[in-house]
Amino acid sequence: MDLLIVFGVVLAVVAVVGAPLRGRARGLDPEVAERAELADLEAAKEAKYREIRDAELDQRTGKLSEQDHRMLDAELRAEAIELLRRIDGVRARSGTVG
Amino acid sequence: MATVGRALLIVAFAVALYGIGASLYGALRGGRAWVDSGRRAVYALAGVLTLAFAIMEAAFLRSDFSFSVVATHSSTTTPTFYKATAAWSSQEGSLLLWVWLLSIWSSLALALTRRRVREVAPVATAVLMTFASFFLLLTIFYASPFATLAQPPIEGTGLNPLLRHPAMMFHPPMLYSGYTLFSIPFAFAIGALVTRRLNAEWIVSTRRFALAAWLCLGIGIVLGARWSYTELGWGGYWAWDPVENASLMPWLTGTAFIHSIMIQERRGMLKVWNASLVLATGTLAILGTFLVRSGILDSIHAFGASTLGVPFLILIGAMVLGSVGLVAWRRADLRSEHQLDSLLSRESVFLLQNVILVALCFVIFWGTFFPLISEAVTGTRASVGPPWFDKYTVPLAFVLVALSGVGPLVPWRRLTVASVRRGFLLPLAAALVTVLALVLVPGAWQQPKAAAFAGIVAFVLTSVGQELWRGMRARQASAREPAPVALAGVVSRNRRRYGGYVVHAGFAVLLLGVAISSSFQHAKDVSLRPGQSARVDGFDVRYVRATARAGAEKISLGAVLDVSKGGRHVATLRTTRGFYPSQDVSQGIVGRFFGGESESEVGLRAGLGRDIWAVINPNLEPLAPIIDQGNRTFRTAMVAVMSKGDSPRTLAQLYALRDAAVVAVAQRFVTRPWPAQFRFIVSPLATWIWIGAIITFLGGLLALWPAPATARRRVTAGYAARVARELARSAP
Amino acid sequence: MNPSRKRRIRLVVALTAALLAASALVYTSFSAGSDERTAGQLLDGAVPGKTYTLAGTVAQGSVRRAGGVLWFSVRDPRRPVAARVRYTGLVPDPFREGRGVMVKVQRRGDTFIGEKDTMVTKCPSKFQVAPPRPSAGSSLA
Repeated sequence: MDLLIVFGVVLAVVAVVGAPLRGRARGLDPEVAERAELADLEAAKEAKYREIRDAELDQRTGKLSEQDHRMLDAELRAEAIELLRRIDGVRARSGTVG
Repeated sequence: MATVGRALLIVAFAVALYGIGASLYGALRGGRAWVDSGRRAVYALAGVLTLAFAIMEAAFLRSDFSFSVVATHSSTTTPTFYKATAAWSSQEGSLLLWVWLLSIWSSLALALTRRRVREVAPVATAVLMTFASFFLLLTIFYASPFATLAQPPIEGTGLNPLLRHPAMMFHPPMLYSGYTLFSIPFAFAIGALVTRRLNAEWIVSTRRFALAAWLCLGIGIVLGARWSYTELGWGGYWAWDPVENASLMPWLTGTAFIHSIMIQERRGMLKVWNASLVLATGTLAILGTFLVRSGILDSIHAFGASTLGVPFLILIGAMVLGSVGLVAWRRADLRSEHQLDSLLSRESVFLLQNVILVALCFVIFWGTFFPLISEAVTGTRASVGPPWFDKYTVPLAFVLVALSGVGPLVPWRRLTVASVRRGFLLPLAAALVTVLALVLVPGAWQQPKAAAFAGIVAFVLTSVGQELWRGMRARQASAREPAPVALAGVVSRNRRRYGGYVVHAGFAVLLLGVAISSSFQHAKDVSLRPGQSARVDGFDVRYVRATARAGAEKISLGAVLDVSKGGRHVATLRTTRGFYPSQDVSQGIVGRFFGGESESEVGLRAGLGRDIWAVINPNLEPLAPIIDQGNRTFRTAMVAVMSKGDSPRTLAQLYALRDAAVVAVAQRFVTRPWPAQFRFIVSPLATWIWIGAIITFLGGLLALWPAPATARRRVTAGYAARVARELARSAP
Repeated sequence: MNPSRKRRIRLVVALTAALLAASALVYTSFSAGSDERTAGQLLDGAVPGKTYTLAGTVAQGSVRRAGGVLWFSVRDPRRPVAARVRYTGLVPDPFREGRGVMVKVQRRGDTFIGEKDTMVTKCPSKFQVAPPRPSAGSSLA
């Protein structure tokens, strides 16, 4: 009985761990890789927007001078635009919509 | 089932080793398939260890005494709740808990980051699996939870009575969650340093884990302090005990790390600090685990000498050398992107905060390890006590709390006179008002340090309030919402920021409670008979009557106390001392019921204004003559019954008589009471320590909570439109 | 002064300050520490008026309580001698005969006066003293 349980566990472990090596696991699929890249870029875009908002709140509550805020805001928006360009690029490449 | 458990540990060890190999091979040359396999090994490890942990818990819950750990740490009379927690009261069980938690949190971290940090994750996996292998090695060869006894006893030894407190369910798992969660940013930092991917990516991916670790460890520390306050007959919550210090040190460097990474995200600065802090935190977390388990330092937790010391020292040594080496090797990649513009800037405040926290950690480290250091240097072991710790940590804590109030008010890059006027005026005024108002409170200025600290706390609370107000107004300027909605809105959209401010407020309140309750505490040790009273800090405490109870687990002798002030009844307190039976038959047939472990049940009346704390310590010596007599009488009877070879029913009757005798002896404390020792403590504002802690942790939870997806989408649409408009304008 | 030189000076100043502070700390710890001694060492060479930390095991049968005062003897781990201690103040819950203790004491003649509230007891790793024996038909453990 004990032996059976252990044997079963070992089998399950080997199945789980060995799946990618047999080519069964996801992540080797190019379409999925593209979706992953898109997810990465979207996450980076969200983070960038959060930074823009943060900077604005800093300026409103006196942590960032007007001048510093203008410079920082321009910098961050330029980075956000770049991210949007890259997102469009990935979408155009894969032909998927939104 | 024990054999299954042992086998599972070996399977787990093999899986962990495979995880190291597959991840590193995949990173170096094998490709994504091997990296994915390595990551899945972590998931598999979590599964196997969950099974193993379940087997151990099941053994405890059904009191399977063939398991050595169950026989030595639990009994059939232990309540079910404590049967479950007894698992980690043992060395073996706690090691399994540690590696199980590590596998769970590692699985979570790797699953959440599987699409990002592609280069760093395999190295991080290898590091985490190295920790797992280490702990599994210990559980397989040194301290196995699945060791069996050839002759299982009919009854187990039972759980140490001092551990019978609800906090036992949460204190160790919380601490261990904190330690294991801190290994995740540690592992990712190693990965980032090795692969030279030192942009903010590795931080962003693991920031939540660092914060969760900070939260769990902090809760674990506070639970330990609360347990000490309400369970131990001492009345204190912090003794600078080596094990307390061991958990505090990684928490301090972890706090520094959480703050310092904000600078790296904003301005690309303090990279060497951040790498060093997170590596130090991970190492201190392992050191903390080692201190509790190795017995090298005398402590209330010291579990006696154990064989685990040497393996842990090797691991810690490797971690320290490896960390220092890695940071030195990659120092070129850790160069700051910007420089400090001014010493009076937010960046400076963060830098100062780093320094203070590291200094605090160093002081505590030095004091904790002083016995070993002095032995190495002078040949004699010497130790430093709480007064030494207080002398250095108190001023540092003052500065730290002040910084937590000042920091949020100072602008980035440089402080200007205008910003000082804008930000500091109100909080400074509040501090001044508080300090002056305390002149009116009788006796407040007899403790000038506490009074000054109250001023600092007023500063912090006002600055937090001011920030909330300003944030709300900022939102109202664009969103035109009523005040409460605007406040909720701005807080909800900026959880890290406002969660952090709430933490500052809570921490200030917590330390205020500590400062006031210790500076203005009144304690009295007194011997009372029933009917007598003692006076403590204006309160009259009267020993109303004695109580005695003999139960299945222990004998409790106690007192009912009436507390009044100026003739008016304030509280009724009940305190008892429990005496557990010992298994040592040389103490006598009756005597052994009074000769085992003892613990105190504290009588506590907590209030917003002050805590009244009472504990009894009855002396058992007046019972000695009658216990001796009982021992002799029953021994004679026992011998007579045994020699005559009488039926088991006679024996049972004899035992019943003995039980009745023990109860009668205990009852003498009520019928013929003698003076008992009491300790009474009145601590003003002590409850605010726990209230402050709760506020701190709620703030941490707020900072940790992910923003709702709907809010993100709404905001995204608005900004996307604006950015898109600009895109259109700047298109060729 | 160029910024990089200014930064270097700042770093040197900061590190020097840190080193000085650490040295001060280290120095005071050696004078503030109280030496851990065994019973034998204290009986041989303890100077009256100086505080030591006595570490050892509480001798069996040596514990007496009278009023608020606790008397007990601490055994030397290596020699068959014990130091008699008179202690007032907080007694930790795990305190018992046969258990490890540490307490700050000062010598007075042949006995040692314990400093109030300075006793620490070692928590035993295992709860038992002797293997448990079943007692059939007992309502108490």
